[in-house]
Amino acid sequence: MQELRKERLDRGVKVRCDSIYAVSSLKEVMFLVGPGLALVLILLVLPLVVSPYWQRVLSITGIYVLLSIGFGFLANYVGLVCLGGALFVGVGGYLSGIMNSVGVPMILSIPIAAFAGAVICTVLLLPCLPLRGVYFAIVSFVYPLLAARLIAATGIFGGTDGIAGLDVLTNRWFNIYLIFFVLLVAIFFMSRLVNYEDLGLVFRGVKDNEQAIIASGINITWYKAQAVFIAAFLGCFGGAYLTHLYGWVGMSLFAIDFSILPVAATVVGGSGILYGPLLGTFLLVPLSEMMRDYGTLRIVFYAVILVFFVVFWTEGIMEYLRRKYEQFEHWVRV
Amino acid sequence: MNDNIILQVKNLSKAFGGVTAVNDVSFDLARGEIMGVIGPNGSGKTTLSNLITGFIKKDAGSVVFNGKDISRWPAYKIADAGLARTFQVMRPYATLAAYKNLVPPLFSPRARRTARGKLGDRSAVAIDILEEVGFERDARVPYKLAGTLPLGYLKRLELCRCLALRPELIICDEVFSGLSMSEIASMVPLMERLRRDGITLIMVEHRLRELFRIADKVLVLNFGEKIAEGLSQDIFKVEKVKQAYFGGEDCYVSSE
Repeated sequence: MQELRKERLDRGVKVRCDSIYAVSSLKEVMFLVGPGLALVLILLVLPLVVSPYWQRVLSITGIYVLLSIGFGFLANYVGLVCLGGALFVGVGGYLSGIMNSVGVPMILSIPIAAFAGAVICTVLLLPCLPLRGVYFAIVSFVYPLLAARLIAATGIFGGTDGIAGLDVLTNRWFNIYLIFFVLLVAIFFMSRLVNYEDLGLVFRGVKDNEQAIIASGINITWYKAQAVFIAAFLGCFGGAYLTHLYGWVGMSLFAIDFSILPVAATVVGGSGILYGPLLGTFLLVPLSEMMRDYGTLRIVFYAVILVFFVVFWTEGIMEYLRRKYEQFEHWVRV
Repeated sequence: MNDNIILQVKNLSKAFGGVTAVNDVSFDLARGEIMGVIGPNGSGKTTLSNLITGFIKKDAGSVVFNGKDISRWPAYKIADAGLARTFQVMRPYATLAAYKNLVPPLFSPRARRTARGKLGDRSAVAIDILEEVGFERDARVPYKLAGTLPLGYLKRLELCRCLALRPELIICDEVFSGLSMSEIASMVPLMERLRRDGITLIMVEHRLRELFRIADKVLVLNFGEKIAEGLSQDIFKVEKVKQAYFGGEDCYVSSE
């Protein structure tokens, strides 16, 4: 019997772009910038072809993408499993809401909330930065639950009713392109950071070889704090944006969906590269919206999809696509 | 205190539960010296280096480096002060070129300080350091993936990671172990050159023959206690050392 073996080889254009870095033809330029360009084009065109209802869904998706990128960045490049998505959204949302309710205009309250919120979240998580893996996850997961209980019990910040009557982002075109613009900037900035910048190498060292980084005289807690700040900044911006999308801020901003969905999106999309969480979010959030008619049954669909990916397709969609893009496969005789 | 003393360890102790890994160890180290630390397996050599460099908390005792008491400092601050160390088990960035492994240490505050603003492109500096150390048979080593390098080159890479900090003292944790004779033979001149460059070395070793050739003095540990300290050529005349290594029979260590 003839035995066959599947062989994967890098495409010629991939090898040329990898090794020489001299860009010698349009084909190679397109190979390098093509995927990024395609992403920009898709995000530009998508809002034009869908109904206003789905535009709103896409705006919400954008918030989840910011959280997923932050989660993927912390988990894959810094080694912190952070379930603090709800914390980031909640803190950012409430800060912006509170500021807006005392008269700060939206155009100031959103960026200030993103920045100040990131500082607050980083300080809150600072004591547990030496923790690793599941312990950090637990602490970051508990904070939003704590905040929600605190608000409900003491009645501060409007208590269970929240704060209503805030400024609303009314122009739906502006809304959607704003969040898409922010997520594009975020993802390009982050992939540059982790792939090319020296700081990105330090982050990866913190994840893979903490001792060598410490032995190099680098304070890893400081770098972990910087990484958490970056993720928290994205999440807090998402929260502030969400607040002004509805003109209302309440306890639902601390909902655990914001913490859990990024994990699911990273599983589905693939964890190796930052585009994985992005793709995963763009599949999962609209899917969950489509299944709204089935009520709580959608949780079951959701679970089935997750189990499928965890068990049968661990590399995730994005990793699969990247492989197809960069390599070709053929069968060879052994 | 004598200015020439770079490291002063006093009454260092550490117990893990009921096991005393390091018990009341003291020694002084002069600037520019090479000191060997030897002892049978489990005698506390690695624990001693972990204690000095702050990777393990001390139970008792003090460490004075360059006149500063660093006993309670965190590990990164000790490295920042110029006391570097290598690790026995190296985990380089396997998927990156070897020189990229030196970028994080060059990113450290100490590297920036010692370069006095002339650091420039870190990748270029990293390649310079690697080429200076030299990979005798293969000039392309700095550009190869770190995951594909043989153990001997990885040990050098680890040493380079320390050199990137421009340290004053390096604690080398078994840089010779697992290497072939020819690889060790090429490491010995490197160590001697580091000494000429003014770097003090503590070498934790099992390979006695090569160690004795370069070390000025040797510290012998057994069951966590210092049983002897002295010149390389004299150390095996000490009865306790013979006892620890050979069970008390007469021995002769080739001095070639």
